[in-house]
Parts: sequence; structure tokens; C-alpha cells
Amino acid sequence: MVDVKRIQEGKYDLITIVGEVDASSSIELDNAIAEAIKSGNKAFLVDCTSLEYISSAGLGVFMSYIEDFKKNDIHIVLFGMNEKVRNVFEILGLDQLLTIRGEKEEAKSAL
Amino acid sequence: MKYSYKVPCKKEKLRDIRSFVKEILDKHGLSEIDASTLVLAIDEVCANLIIHAHQCNAKDSIELQISVKQNDGIIFDIIDKAEIFDIGQYEEPKLEDIIKKQRKGGLGLILVKRIMDDIEIIHDSSRNICRLTKRIDVI
Repeated sequence: MVDVKRIQEGKYDLITIVGEVDASSSIELDNAIAEAIKSGNKAFLVDCTSLEYISSAGLGVFMSYIEDFKKNDIHIVLFGMNEKVRNVFEILGLDQLLTIRGEKEEAKSAL
Repeated sequence: MKYSYKVPCKKEKLRDIRSFVKEILDKHGLSEIDASTLVLAIDEVCANLIIHAHQCNAKDSIELQISVKQNDGIIFDIIDKAEIFDIGQYEEPKLEDIIKKQRKGGLGLILVKRIMDDIEIIHDSSRNICRLTKRIDVI
């Protein structure tokens, strides 16, 4: 079960993921990222503070859009992951492929 | 100690499977981070079976058995009547290829291989078992 919200905050959109992203709920995240790309905005912060769990289905969503981010010159920074969620990104080495920061302020300056 | 849990092949059951595994691992003194990675690996194998082997048919079921042994660690048996894909033979795709092809799948089994110490597929007369072993200190 996951909720994904998107609000405009000045120059960037803030996407907030709340809950658990697994094989049954990853479609919600997928739709939200697809819409974000379609919106034409070029800068996104992804707030993972309330992301309690992510499995490969959720990681796959991020992976599958990496090319689109590049192609469309979209900057996206994830922040606020708890240790367990961060660990999942690290096991696969996704922390090297995506921009991940600890706090929101750091994430904003990495945009 | 032995534990077992049988669930219908519905994706919505993954959450219950995770809670079940987490509860047991907590009871045996695993750190939060160790417990969470093992929960993830079990979630990945079960999701794979429910979605690919059973096409989310709720009339089918899979069973999870967990044995915790103080000197050996933890053995997770995922038991299924359907054919179990041999993860041990699974050749990891390169991350770059997954990105280029914009694939969403293929990451789960990589995680399982990286998290578990041993992966074994056992074919019984009427069932197949995916046995995942983690050698870790337990209480």
C-alpha cells in the first residue's frame, strides 16, 4: 500500500512516497513518475522519509526511468530514506546511479 | 524452532508474508537491518512465484517454512507445487542493460542471490522447494 503525492514547490516538484512499495503497489509509483515526466517539469525532489519498504518492483520503477530522465534532461534527487530502504538501494548499487541525499536541503542543492 | 505459513497466490498477501517473517526474525534477535534484508529476499521469491508461476491465481497457494537453528542460522523453504525457477542458475543481467532496455523486472533475483548464502532447488515427488540459507547468529 502506497500513496504518492506531487506538489509544486517553487522551481521543482516535490514527490512524496508514503508507505510500502512492493510487487502489488509499485504500479502506483510507476504511474506517478510517468505523470511527473509528462508534466514537462525538469526538476523533482522525491521525499522518501515516509517510505517504509521498497522491493525490487519499486527499484525497477526508478531504474526504468533513468534513460528518460537523461533524455529529457530531468533532474531528480531522492532524500530522507531510512537505513533499511537505503540499504536496498545499496545492495544493487543503485545509490551510484541515482542521486540520493540525506536531508531535503542537501537534496535541493543537488538539483 | 520451526515455523510455517501458507498463503493463497495473491500479490496482496506479500505484506502478510513480510510481517510473518519479520516477527520470527525479531524473536530470534536479528538486528533490524539484517532482518529487513532477509524479509526482502523472501518477499522477492514469493512475489516471483505468485506472479510468474501462478499468475496471481488465488486458488493456488505457496507455503513458507522457516527453521531457525542456533549453530547453522536460518533456513527458509518456499514450497510450491508449480515448477520453481532455478535461481541458482539465474544469470544476473547487467544493471546497464536493464537501464538501457528500460526493464522493470529482473532485479529481484539479483537481490536474493546477493542476500542469501545458499540457494538450492529441491524437487520432491509432488512438490518443489526453494531452499534459502542464511548463516547468521541467532538466539
